[in-house]
Amino acid sequence: MSDKPKIAVHKFSSCDGCQLAILNLGEKLIELTEIVDIMHFAEAGPVNPHEKVDVAFVEGSITTPHELDRIQEVRSNSQYVVTIGACATSGGLQALRNFKHVDIKQWTQSVYAKPEFISTLETSTAIAKHIKVDLEIWGCPINSKQIIETIRALCFGVEPVVQKDSLCLECKRQGNACVMVTKQEPCLGPITQSGCGALCPSVGRGCYGCYGPDENPNTKALAKRFSGLGLLPNDIARKLHFINSQAKGYLEIGNELGNKTLKDDAK
Amino acid sequence: MDDTYLPNEAKIIERIHEGPGIFTLRLQFTDPKINEAYTFAPGQFNMLYLHGVGEIAISIVSDPHSDEYYNHTIRVVGRVTRGFEQLECGDCIGIRGPYGRGWPLEKAKGKDVVVITGGLGCAPVVSVFNYIINRRSEFGTISLMQGVKHSSDLIFRERFQRLKDIPNIKIYVGADKSDMHWPWYKGRVLDLVPKMELNPDNTIAFMCGPEMMMKAAVEALAEHNIDETDLYLNMERNMHCAVGHCGHCQYGGQFICKDGPVFSYPEIKELFAKEGF
Amino acid sequence: MNQSYYLPHTKLQSLLDAIIERGYRCVGPQTRGGTITYDDFSQVKELPWGYEDEQLPGQYTLKKTQKTGYFNWVNGPQAIKPELFKPKESLWNVTRDEEGKLSFQPAQLTPAPLCLFGVRPCDIAAMQIQDKVFITGTYRDERYAQRRENTLIIAANCITSSNNCFCVGAGGFPKAERGYDIALTEIEDGFTLEFGSEQGSDIIASLKLSEADGSQINYAKQRIQEAADKQTKTLPGTNLRDALMNNLDHPRWDAVAERCLSCGNCTQVCPTCFCHSEEDEPNVKGNHSEHVREWDSCFTQGHSYIHGKVIRSQTRQRYRQWLTHKLGTWHDQFGESGCVGCGRCVSWCPVGIDITEEATAICSDFINLENKENSHG
Repeated sequence: MSDKPKIAVHKFSSCDGCQLAILNLGEKLIELTEIVDIMHFAEAGPVNPHEKVDVAFVEGSITTPHELDRIQEVRSNSQYVVTIGACATSGGLQALRNFKHVDIKQWTQSVYAKPEFISTLETSTAIAKHIKVDLEIWGCPINSKQIIETIRALCFGVEPVVQKDSLCLECKRQGNACVMVTKQEPCLGPITQSGCGALCPSVGRGCYGCYGPDENPNTKALAKRFSGLGLLPNDIARKLHFINSQAKGYLEIGNELGNKTLKDDAK
Repeated sequence: MDDTYLPNEAKIIERIHEGPGIFTLRLQFTDPKINEAYTFAPGQFNMLYLHGVGEIAISIVSDPHSDEYYNHTIRVVGRVTRGFEQLECGDCIGIRGPYGRGWPLEKAKGKDVVVITGGLGCAPVVSVFNYIINRRSEFGTISLMQGVKHSSDLIFRERFQRLKDIPNIKIYVGADKSDMHWPWYKGRVLDLVPKMELNPDNTIAFMCGPEMMMKAAVEALAEHNIDETDLYLNMERNMHCAVGHCGHCQYGGQFICKDGPVFSYPEIKELFAKEGF
Repeated sequence: MNQSYYLPHTKLQSLLDAIIERGYRCVGPQTRGGTITYDDFSQVKELPWGYEDEQLPGQYTLKKTQKTGYFNWVNGPQAIKPELFKPKESLWNVTRDEEGKLSFQPAQLTPAPLCLFGVRPCDIAAMQIQDKVFITGTYRDERYAQRRENTLIIAANCITSSNNCFCVGAGGFPKAERGYDIALTEIEDGFTLEFGSEQGSDIIASLKLSEADGSQINYAKQRIQEAADKQTKTLPGTNLRDALMNNLDHPRWDAVAERCLSCGNCTQVCPTCFCHSEEDEPNVKGNHSEHVREWDSCFTQGHSYIHGKVIRSQTRQRYRQWLTHKLGTWHDQFGESGCVGCGRCVSWCPVGIDITEEATAICSDFINLENKENSHG
């Protein structure tokens, strides 16, 4: 990387929440501009989408024909491509359309007043399905700490720490009482990556898996436990097929329980 | 506060390229008093700290009687070592140590010494080998056995060539796969163990390298009736603290960092080469 | 045997005040999030009066009852470990100047006198086990050691046990034998008190308490015995080292791995688990970095990572590492078991895996065989 690396933040199909998470850095964002040049970051101001950069952060999934081309350009313009958030890493919430029972035309017609202006793909797919991705940062949304750590590590010339421990570790370190053990509340924490600061369990709610599967998820065993808590197979499938429905670790067991299949990969 | 966790600043005074992804950092503590007072034994290691990135356990390969500098041979395997690879002469890092129990050199005095290393993990025995060469008369016959997967993996090539000509030193180098001009044994170097002449009553063996290779070496040496208590192995596991607190390097009841890294075979036999430990 | 005193419930505040007057920050049991949590307090009304907990594998329920007493509950997910061995703390920090010179600074340690109030006997036993890890070994951890030196321990002997308690089977007893300054045993309308240190004795003396009478002492004793008798779970032995290490390929490891989530909850609630990782947290500019440690677990991938590979990639191997260490090789390292029988790993396992069941399944045949051989030999 150059002495003062150039970075870009690209948006694909997404809600912009991960870009907001970067903006939430506040004063640190100004500090960040002392070590990197932010070339493209529409949400924050600079718009130079075709600029060559050292690190490109990519938010959003691939859902339109136009995005298929754009992502190739991002790859060829960037030394490192880092995907941020559930959309970019697993297709996101909008990847619920990937299941076979979903008729995308019907959905489009029921949502948009003039569906003829909408050009969309049958599926929503993760960036890594289309180009080589150097690092994936999970979360819905990600948090700003992950961005700082990544940029800092790359500036030091080393790869960022990839930590995929279960959320339970983070939750226990914070001294939370386990919502599943005390309230029999289904929680995806035991099979979900840490990094969010155990936000939901901290307020007495079960984790809904927005940081994606941890490194060694025993989804089957957790699903069995959920069933013991009174959840029907389809309810469990819905929990797994929510924000990161396409992620390995959530997808398969969710498919089994919900009796679902995917459309053919429509890359 | 005397804190065992706190590193001291050291400067890279030389960086020696040893092979692809392998290099030696010659380090000197910035504080001359610390540099002079620092002592270690062959087989011990230091925790080297790369600013903002982290610490890593690295074996000290220089001679323990040189108090001018301390050499550390590093192979690039992960994020911290990749960071170290980018350092240059004059750069500063942190050191704390030395830690662990090194090779039993007092016990080895007067004995024939077999040193067996495999793969690229030979740094811990480089120190012991250098130690013996510099005190040649205190030891009997020295056999150095080095195995590599491919002939191009062999580092310290010239050193091996030089050693070949010293009397009473036997060099065995083998490569599973080799190129045309490979002057050494073509095949698994441990195949040569049965042909070695070893005195079972007066031989001590030091081993370092992949566990499966050390296992094969232990078995081959057992055929020579060398007592298990005379077989010493250098073990490696994840280390964060180096002082037996963090728990990562546990190997059954042993903490590799403070009880090892060098163990006599009976000390680790129970779990040796068992998957998952 | 030490003199016993009687402290009526109405005078518990004066005990607390006497401790606070001596400059101690008090940390004791309180109800939080449907469980018992140890936290700062200064008034006895903050203690869990009338509360009881019910514990089953993977289940914990705390409820308010009409019963009198501060200590009718058994324990919560954590007790005193987070106060002494912090879940996360800075070890040192480093600043790099413009020439690249590094200056290392130890993290500031300002251990204030700390009173751990209402500590269960199993947690005191666990603390003494951690003392061996961090203080009395070859290397001393200053952070832990200094906190320990500034700690006053007020034990609360158990008057009941949960379904998951097995301290007796783990070689302990629901009464603190040592490691405390003052030990309380709750009786009908107050406590019997014993001191275990000079400082404890001083505090008791300052309260001008009457001695406990024979019936009070007997009742206290009886309640503790009842707590012990109530325990239904047990381990197949207090030293399972050989039984475990001779069964490393037992099919039960595969069976437990099918249920185990590898989430690490058992290790995080265990009062003796000491594994932690170290990492750097540099600032944005990169000229300053905090070197921190935080609790880790043998159930993570990172725990056994070396040279680009993971030694324990499978759950089976991770559970086996945990159990063989806790109940087995801990004996090699510290001369005793790493389990005090608090039952937390059973209660707080999201899928309710029971360490006593697993240990029994794995060790029984070996132990039976050993006993047979001994009786014949």
